[in-house]
Amino acid sequence: MEKKKKISFTQSKSFDAIMAAVMAAVLGLIFGFIVMLIANPDKAVKGFQTILIGGAGRMPDVFYYATPILMTGLAVAFAYKMGMFNIGASGQFTMGMYMAMYVGFMVDLPPGLHCLAAVLAGMIGGMIWGFIPGFFKAYLNVNEVITSIMFNYIGMYLVDMLVQKNSVMYVSSKTRTDYLPASVQLPALGFKNSNVNIAIIIAIIIAIVCFIVLYKTTFGYELRATGFNKFGAMYAGMNSRKNIILTMVIAGAMAGLGGAFTILAPSSIAGSSMTYEPVNIIASEGFDGIAVALLGSAHPIGTIFAAIFIAFIKCGGTLASLYGFKPEIIDVVIAIIIYFSAFASFMSMIFKEKISGLFRKKKKQPAEDAGA
Amino acid sequence: MDVVYYLIQSTLPLGIPLLLVAFGGMFSERSGIINLALEGIMLFGAFTGCLFVYFSGDASSNVQIILLLGTLVAAVGGALYSVLLSFAAITMKADQTITGTALNMLIPALVLLICKMAFNSDGVTTSARFYIKEVPVLSQIPVIGDMFFKNTYLTVYIGLLIMIVLTIVFYKTKFGLRLRACGEHPQAADSVGINVYKMRYAGVTISGILGGIGGFFYAVGVMDANCNGHTGVAGFGFLALAVMIFGQWKPEKIVLAALFFAFMRTLAYSIPLIPFLRDLGIDTAWYRMLPYIVTMIVLAFTSKNSKAPKAEGVPYDKGQR
Repeated sequence: MEKKKKISFTQSKSFDAIMAAVMAAVLGLIFGFIVMLIANPDKAVKGFQTILIGGAGRMPDVFYYATPILMTGLAVAFAYKMGMFNIGASGQFTMGMYMAMYVGFMVDLPPGLHCLAAVLAGMIGGMIWGFIPGFFKAYLNVNEVITSIMFNYIGMYLVDMLVQKNSVMYVSSKTRTDYLPASVQLPALGFKNSNVNIAIIIAIIIAIVCFIVLYKTTFGYELRATGFNKFGAMYAGMNSRKNIILTMVIAGAMAGLGGAFTILAPSSIAGSSMTYEPVNIIASEGFDGIAVALLGSAHPIGTIFAAIFIAFIKCGGTLASLYGFKPEIIDVVIAIIIYFSAFASFMSMIFKEKISGLFRKKKKQPAEDAGA
Repeated sequence: MDVVYYLIQSTLPLGIPLLLVAFGGMFSERSGIINLALEGIMLFGAFTGCLFVYFSGDASSNVQIILLLGTLVAAVGGALYSVLLSFAAITMKADQTITGTALNMLIPALVLLICKMAFNSDGVTTSARFYIKEVPVLSQIPVIGDMFFKNTYLTVYIGLLIMIVLTIVFYKTKFGLRLRACGEHPQAADSVGINVYKMRYAGVTISGILGGIGGFFYAVGVMDANCNGHTGVAGFGFLALAVMIFGQWKPEKIVLAALFFAFMRTLAYSIPLIPFLRDLGIDTAWYRMLPYIVTMIVLAFTSKNSKAPKAEGVPYDKGQR
């Protein structure tokens, strides 16, 4: 009985997705290791070990790093289910950050309410920046990728300008904003020396809600149907324009929340949050979100694990600097992961044959499995 | 009048890289492959070119010859890097947008990593100065001499030459015609014996060469022959895509679009020099946003009947009819 179950699992779609993700992650890590070997052969093994297991000692930090990229990851994944590539999560993230900051600085409210208002403002900021590509696609037939890229830049310049012009926020001698008042700070979860806060719990709940919306509601069904076959969905009477805009607004809302969660996090390291430095650089969280979404096969639950994985190796990457390696090594790994996940489904098809063959042989050669 | 000369002189070194990269995007997309990786290819070209300049010794030989050789190195670098895109998009039939995004993310990280470990800095800093104050003889021509032959770079003239050659290749050769066919209707092209895969590889490789050269020219003309992993090429690869769309995937329109965008950017960075605009007191950030906003407005009005190649973004499958 058990054997039968296993075979059917190896042939299921989710097994495919997991295999593809694992393959992409392994290839990314192998490539990262090669780069490390070239850079510094003596310390490469130690450094690579740190990347792989270094995060384990700092789990609270891992969850802290995972929060924003889980939100941007969901923003990408949700739109991806509809067949849209939301490369604009960076812009939505930045707008969310700005709106949360604006409420934090400019509005006076009692502590609990202030924080809630700032988070909601961040969500609205992201929604606006998500609405624009949605509208352009639905009514003007402009590809969302181009719109999103353009609005990443517009958002970045806009936010930096608005921040620099605002004398309440901006301290020009420090070239960054003042610290936000303590009343908007998100409640910490109480781990020592860690910024991890309530946002990670909210983020995971949002991911689960996403799953329910996508797989258990009519709206989610329509959305996935449109992603699967746009014309078929239209023929079945689904309002694709409304769905496109709604999807992008929801995606934007999640990226915006990510921005709010990032800026409102309590900071144990000075300057890591609660303050913003306008440096005319596009937020990297949006691009990390693409990796998270693809690694999670654009499935909300998969996205949770993917975000934790990416945060885990990021955390290890910062620790690898002990051996002289720079944290950018993780960005290299992430880029390779995205590259391979683009055609991993093709490769996993070949790979799957071998793996399911192995399972059928009742795990005869586990050593070969590890070697492959 | 000096302001006008200044604007033209500063627009050209900026417009040429934009033009070349937009041409690159055009060759790739007209063959049927969306090249979102241009930003990364540009930075890679800038990086390899600057590395060459860095190691070639600064004072030993003629600076302009180093520039020419650096251009070749950047072209080879860009071409090699673009193979990663063509392999994934053509051979493996992967999603072109995602692959392009991955390639864009890889290069800044690699550049930062290499430079931090090798030079302990964020990029390659060279002391070579390719700036040409006056072109002999030609700069003496009234008006035209002031506009085109003073305070300039060799990159401008190389770029114009490449532009003319490629326009002829694109419109007047068998190769150009076949390339365009593969972007419109690959099945039809295949049925008359054109190897679609080969043509698409060629299209992406040309865009890689142009992207690499464009990146190096950007480094030379805008960054003083330096290359930085943090600022990269400041979104010029994406801007080039916008230029290409704005130019409706046609060489002659792309030239105008590139010059327009470059002019806008020059204007944004030289507000303090222009009394009329300075007095308006508009924040310079608005001018920096202008190219992107203009792109969106243009796209909004033109996309309904877009002239995009019909088969772009769709992996070619021989079995499909």
